[in-house]
Amino acid sequence: MDLFQYDFMLRALVGALVIGLAAPALGIYLVQRRLALIGDGIGHVALTGVGAGLLLNRSPVLVAVIAATLGAIVIELVRSRGRTSGDLALALLFYGGIAGGVMLVGLSDAGSGKLNAYLFGSLTTTSPADLITILVLGVAILVTMLALRPALFAVCHDEEYARVSGLPVRALNLLLAVGTAVTVTIAMRAVGVLLISALMVVPVAAAQQVTRGFRATMAAAMALGLFAAGAGVWVAATADTAPGASVVLLAIGSFLVVALLAAGWRALRRRTRPVAVPVVEPPEHEVVLR
Amino acid sequence: MTAPVIQVAHAAVGYDGRAVLRDVSLTVTAGEVVAVLGANGSGKSTLIRAVLGLVPLGAGSVTLFGTPQRRFRQWHRIGYVPQRLGAGSGVPATVGEVVASGRLARRGVLRPSGRADREAVASALRAVGLADRAGDPVATLSGGQQQRTLIARALAGRPELLVLDEPTAGVDAASQEAFAGALRDFRDGGGTVLLVAHELGPLRPLIGRAVVVHQGGICHDGAVPEPAGHHAEPGHDHVHPHCDEEPAGLWSM
Repeated sequence: MDLFQYDFMLRALVGALVIGLAAPALGIYLVQRRLALIGDGIGHVALTGVGAGLLLNRSPVLVAVIAATLGAIVIELVRSRGRTSGDLALALLFYGGIAGGVMLVGLSDAGSGKLNAYLFGSLTTTSPADLITILVLGVAILVTMLALRPALFAVCHDEEYARVSGLPVRALNLLLAVGTAVTVTIAMRAVGVLLISALMVVPVAAAQQVTRGFRATMAAAMALGLFAAGAGVWVAATADTAPGASVVLLAIGSFLVVALLAAGWRALRRRTRPVAVPVVEPPEHEVVLR
Repeated sequence: MTAPVIQVAHAAVGYDGRAVLRDVSLTVTAGEVVAVLGANGSGKSTLIRAVLGLVPLGAGSVTLFGTPQRRFRQWHRIGYVPQRLGAGSGVPATVGEVVASGRLARRGVLRPSGRADREAVASALRAVGLADRAGDPVATLSGGQQQRTLIARALAGRPELLVLDEPTAGVDAASQEAFAGALRDFRDGGGTVLLVAHELGPLRPLIGRAVVVHQGGICHDGAVPEPAGHHAEPGHDHVHPHCDEEPAGLWSM
């Protein structure tokens, strides 16, 4: 039986695939700055947007994009200005976000099933309008993250150096914050706000077990994200499981497989080949730099 | 060769109301190699961070290549070498990728990397003796090799001024020599250098002038003092805690 003959299944699959590519492309920068959990926090804020959207009878995805973007900008401003209170300010924002979301969804006529769909993802709720939002925003994220890779890499790798290079560090930081918010909200449909961070982080964590450079890590993470999202939706459809949970468990499963393979490969190489001693060549100075 | 590259006039810097630099004036002209010496906490790192605009001035002014620092936009003319690579990010990066960051000041954010960029990265790697390590993850390099990666990153932008923060601290002898060689080539090509150091080691013959910072002020500006001299002494009393710490933030490394 072909489940994907149904339009809503096809919409869910296409949405998930776009998110599977876009989430790790952005998540790699978050992992690089050791902000792997920021997506979770922004997801909490997005839930308030969902609640507001349901209550006001507007598109929950669009209202959530706005709410999460505002939340991400506030977080970025707290980060760049604030000092010791930053931690607490973030905690207030996160818990306020999820409490506000639960309350607003409760106030609207939507039942707890609807809330669950946003918390953990749902295949049947991606409307054609939602799919267009996901496609447009997802492709925009993907293009931005790939096109600005050298600059975003520089800012995430060494922010002070980026500033002395004259890069627009504040603008790039805000772009990353807003990008995180947008990714979280569009991924809400496939994996839900409570699990979205996993799709941004786990493929990157898996890829970097075997990669040597940033570019290679990004490519491998996007491939793994695509696989986890596609296979996750297929599993959810065939086995009638929650899509978010299926996608995330597949991503974590691929992390484990990659980690085990990498460990096995290293052990095998150690046994078959003596450890190569790095040869330090004397420096040559044939180039005159001005 | 006498145009001022860096002009610091009556600069003052404070953190949380505690003065770190007071009424500091310093001029570096084109082609000079100037070492800023001093004990830990004397304010010498803060001085070059203020020159680069990484810490705000409380008073006074900084002029770079004749332009007030606030309005200075030609950052490609400056190559900055920080004390060490950031605390190590989670994602692996190759030596070549890190050095390629040095081209951004010249290329801008939007233009993709081209042939000139690749050639500049390759020649910068050759200048520090790391040409064969371009594809290796930075994390697998020794401390000295990582430091050489950072100077290659600065050289890749083909700057006119190099600003280095304790480039030889904790660096092995081979790397110190490679480092001194790269710096000599840079100077011979007409470059200007401002570097902070705790001890000079193999860099000593390159240094044309020394500035000694003590308790937030400049107490010597001229010939390189003898290593036994009171203020340049490596084991000199650490009077203040280190003062180059920025508030650690959520989005920062």
